[in-house]
Amino acid sequence: MRVNGVAHPPPQDPRRLLSDHLRHDLGLTGTHVGCEHGVCGCCTVLLDGAAVRSCLMLAVQAEGHEVTTVEGLARDDGPLHAVQQAFHECHGLQCGFCTPGFVMSVVGLLAQHPNPTAQEIEEGIAGNLCRCTGYASIRRAVARAAELSAQ
Amino acid sequence: MTTRWFGAPVQRVEDDRLLRGHGRFTDDIDGGALECCFVRSPYAHARITSIDVAAAREVRGVVAVYTAADLPFGGVDLPLLIPHPNLTHGRTQRCLASEVVRYAGEAVAFVVAESRYVAEDAAELVHVEYEALPVVITPEAAARAENLVHDDVPGNVAAEMLQEVGDVAAALAVAPHRKTLHFRYERGAASPMEGRAVWARWSEAERKLTVYDSTQSPTSIRGGLAVLFGLPESSVEVIAPDVGGGFGPKIMLFYPDELLVPFAAMQLGRPVKWTEDRQEHFTAVNQERGQVHEVEVGFDDEGRVLALGDDFIHDGGAYTPYGIILPIITAAQVPGPYRIPSYRVRFRDVYTNATPTSPYRGAGRPHACFVMERTLDAIAAELSLDRVEVRRRNLIQPDQFPYDVGVAWQDGNTVVYDSGNYPELLDRALEKLGPRPPGDHVGMGLAIYVEGTGVGPYEGAHVQVLVSGKVIAATGIPSQGQAHATVWAQVVADELGVDVKDVEVTSGDTRRFSWGVGTFASRGAVTAGNAMHIAARMVATKAKHIAADHLEANADDLELVDGRVRVKGSPDRGIPLGAVAVLSNPVRYAFGGGTEAATQFAGKPRPGPPLQDGEQPGLEATGYYSPPGSTWASGCHAAYVRVDPKTFRLEILKYVVVHDCGRVINPLVLQGQIEGGVAQGIGGAFYERLAYDADGQLRNASFMEFLIPYATEIPPIEIDHIETPSPLNPLGVKGAGEAGVIPVGAVIASAIDEALGIPITEMPLSPLRLFELTR
Amino acid sequence: MKPPPFEYHAPTSVNEVCALLGSLDDPKILAGGQSLIPLLNFRLARPRHLVDINRVEGLDRIYERDGGIAVQALVRQSVIEDSELVARVCPLLSDAVRLVAHRVIRNRGTVCGSIAHADPASELPAVLLALGGSVVAHSARSQRVIPAGELFAGMFETSLEPQELLAEAWFPAFAGKHAIFEESRRHGDFALAGVVRADKELALFGVASTPVLADPHDPTRGLEPSGDIEASPEFRLHLVKVLTERAFAA
Repeated sequence: MRVNGVAHPPPQDPRRLLSDHLRHDLGLTGTHVGCEHGVCGCCTVLLDGAAVRSCLMLAVQAEGHEVTTVEGLARDDGPLHAVQQAFHECHGLQCGFCTPGFVMSVVGLLAQHPNPTAQEIEEGIAGNLCRCTGYASIRRAVARAAELSAQ
Repeated sequence: MTTRWFGAPVQRVEDDRLLRGHGRFTDDIDGGALECCFVRSPYAHARITSIDVAAAREVRGVVAVYTAADLPFGGVDLPLLIPHPNLTHGRTQRCLASEVVRYAGEAVAFVVAESRYVAEDAAELVHVEYEALPVVITPEAAARAENLVHDDVPGNVAAEMLQEVGDVAAALAVAPHRKTLHFRYERGAASPMEGRAVWARWSEAERKLTVYDSTQSPTSIRGGLAVLFGLPESSVEVIAPDVGGGFGPKIMLFYPDELLVPFAAMQLGRPVKWTEDRQEHFTAVNQERGQVHEVEVGFDDEGRVLALGDDFIHDGGAYTPYGIILPIITAAQVPGPYRIPSYRVRFRDVYTNATPTSPYRGAGRPHACFVMERTLDAIAAELSLDRVEVRRRNLIQPDQFPYDVGVAWQDGNTVVYDSGNYPELLDRALEKLGPRPPGDHVGMGLAIYVEGTGVGPYEGAHVQVLVSGKVIAATGIPSQGQAHATVWAQVVADELGVDVKDVEVTSGDTRRFSWGVGTFASRGAVTAGNAMHIAARMVATKAKHIAADHLEANADDLELVDGRVRVKGSPDRGIPLGAVAVLSNPVRYAFGGGTEAATQFAGKPRPGPPLQDGEQPGLEATGYYSPPGSTWASGCHAAYVRVDPKTFRLEILKYVVVHDCGRVINPLVLQGQIEGGVAQGIGGAFYERLAYDADGQLRNASFMEFLIPYATEIPPIEIDHIETPSPLNPLGVKGAGEAGVIPVGAVIASAIDEALGIPITEMPLSPLRLFELTR
Repeated sequence: MKPPPFEYHAPTSVNEVCALLGSLDDPKILAGGQSLIPLLNFRLARPRHLVDINRVEGLDRIYERDGGIAVQALVRQSVIEDSELVARVCPLLSDAVRLVAHRVIRNRGTVCGSIAHADPASELPAVLLALGGSVVAHSARSQRVIPAGELFAGMFETSLEPQELLAEAWFPAFAGKHAIFEESRRHGDFALAGVVRADKELALFGVASTPVLADPHDPTRGLEPSGDIEASPEFRLHLVKVLTERAFAA
């Protein structure tokens, strides 16, 4: 599988969840684990460009696919991705634990709807839980991200 | 000093790493750590007759399996964190149960293995024999005491406390009107997105125990581990790295894993890490649950409250590690922003066979606010008066501060409100709320609350200007998302006249600062914020003193602006702060970085030793702030809701908050705190509840069934502020962390009551409950 | 919560899948995984063998046949959501798939998987039933068509044999009056109760151990729904009436 453009072999153990493989075998701890039953969205990554829950995939299933994690959105020494920048500007994160999941979901959303309506934004963020922000700043961040992406 | 940063909506300094996925939460830390899993009791109340770990120990990849018998501290009760004279029958659990389990989820064995996967495989092979015992669930059942949770606790009563101000019985006897009301308020699980986790390493070579813990009080954990393991405190380091939300359960201290993980690390000579999963979070992490209140209120024809008696039962869960702080807070906060000439409150904290309770954002105040607000609504209904008017008639007025309520507060003092303007909160909220939307089944909800914030004992801060001119600051209390690093940097930057980006704050790391209490009870900005201010001011004073010498000016004529110490009115006469830092440390050997300026042949000699009496090298200071008492924030929430009369869906049409937390350091951060708090309040009012069955089993221990709201369930919130500065601390700030959540239950109840025309005396609600209530 | 151990197989053809299903003891198909993997993580499901069909070629088509739309086993729910063909030929299916969880789940979850999983509260089995669709089941020996009315046997139970793969679901073309309404607690949650209308046909979901056809004039007749923490039997019956009324109002 390729993760953020780099090829990696799959794990030996077929029951290793993709979330654990990314975090512990590949050291990409930006993807977080909040529930392991697909509800909270903290583990969201992109699989071939579409948002998926990494806690609901076996790592071996990612073989032959492109996985993008939050670490793959911007170079370490480079500027933030438009979505990341928007979250910063709009105070769209507090503890930061749900944030990578939201960011990846929003990247997926904007790929599907580059100019989302308010309804599409609402649908697009409806599958991720945040316990800190109450979502208001996140809504603002998505609208801002669409603006920044259009530039 | 400047006022450039205080009150400014500064964007957070914390964001970049978190957004890039470079956060460092406890489970992110590896270091070759072994991983762990608990075996937990499936029974809410049972006697353990045998524990067999032999098969588990045989599993390949398992390194150790511990039961109580394997622990030197196996027979030791975990600390009772907050003793109280009224807590006559306090009980705490042991790390691992070996005789009796008293809640489903209580830990019985601890497995350490190469991976969590293997640990879970092995945990399934631990065989425990249980003899089921009768289960006590609900505070009412606990009070009836047909069965006991602890054999040696009569009536299941851990504590009883009675307080009275004035004479309620007499006042009720002559009151023109009297009502008896019954309320039931259940809360839920805080459910931070990051569960709990602990990582520990013991270095034999350095004789040092290092622990990373997703906790709200590293200093307390450090102190406790030092005592338990017989180590000097200097040999124990505890760090709260990035923490993904706290909200209260992480200020519960000395969960079994907080001892077991370091113990295993010391025993096994390898780092050990335990990360809970979501399912065990629901039973193994403290919750806040229900109270049942019997209220007797006496009032006059104008709706003025003459006397209020409240007798309540508090569900303490199976153990009382956190003492009786929750019911004390409830008892103290029932009067709220209202004048209650005679107030009597009695509570019983009772044991139940459920997870122990301790603070969750709001900490007993939501219950109190609900009781008072629903009582006022009932008075209004009885007299056919307007709810708003009844509140106006009872509110404490702005010229009545300080206002002594006369009951005990959680810091050992009595409740004394220091400042506030409650009528203005109400007026502004109503103005912001505006006219009622058209349509059927629309109701208005309203609640006003006060919140005791900024409790002591103290916090401290260390501030230092480095020779580079950059500033570092540290305090003992950790952050769980409240932007402490940004907010405190603002406070320090103002005092030192530097850019907020040039102040780097470390918090929650005992290696950097080891004194302090913790982050809880809306106290961070007040305590650590003021400590930062005090320490930074000490540094500024010292900087002027040193610069005065160098500039041959009077220290009083100097100011700190733009990273320099300069003469007021002659901005060219100045010296960079970094250079002052150099001068603050007389050296023999220059090592670059401008230090040659501080060597013995440079500069003008002054009489006396290089370091004068009482002077210390370095441009740094440590300051402490110890509040004389809580400082009282307040707020008013108001809302319009519509309830679908067929499906009983709740639609929140408008929700407004007018809030007073004294002077505001960062309005962006404050807004986030309120929006987040209101969302938790809405969750607690209509979506989340802990569904225990009669056997003490939690039926909804997952995110599929414990319903934390998504964005689609939370409406936009409109927020406004007033500022009544606190007279109690130099910055004039009050806490804000819990403000959003406290009155939401009362507001929603009040609104639904009006929308459906049915009395609402309980929380939480749901479509099902409304369907049942309207039948 | 980590899955228990299992043997993992990743066949690349339908024949291979069927051969494995026919020869393995206690096999379970892994398609989208959005229902199965949570069960594995909770250790509520412990199959000895997991047969991952995601590598099978040529099993991800949507195509028209026999006056309807065939949806093969690996078609993701999101593909149905975005499909102009489905929106044109069977808009009820388009509407229904939008109610399934959230987009991120639909990016992996499959239509056939949802049908085979047969959660009584899920939408797609009820749509299949209301429309009078069917599925094609392949085994090593043969293949057969199972009409929707004979497919759902009980909670999480279909009439598929353990050695059968649900290879394709077929939905009749339908352009008549249609509606799907459900009541759930949060956006995307499982339905407490739901109704599907296809002209005069009414199917209910979330109120019995399988989706059931009902009489629009007396939708709750014979219904004995179960109760749980969010909905009592009475509340479910009440919601069925409310939602049926809404579905037939237009």
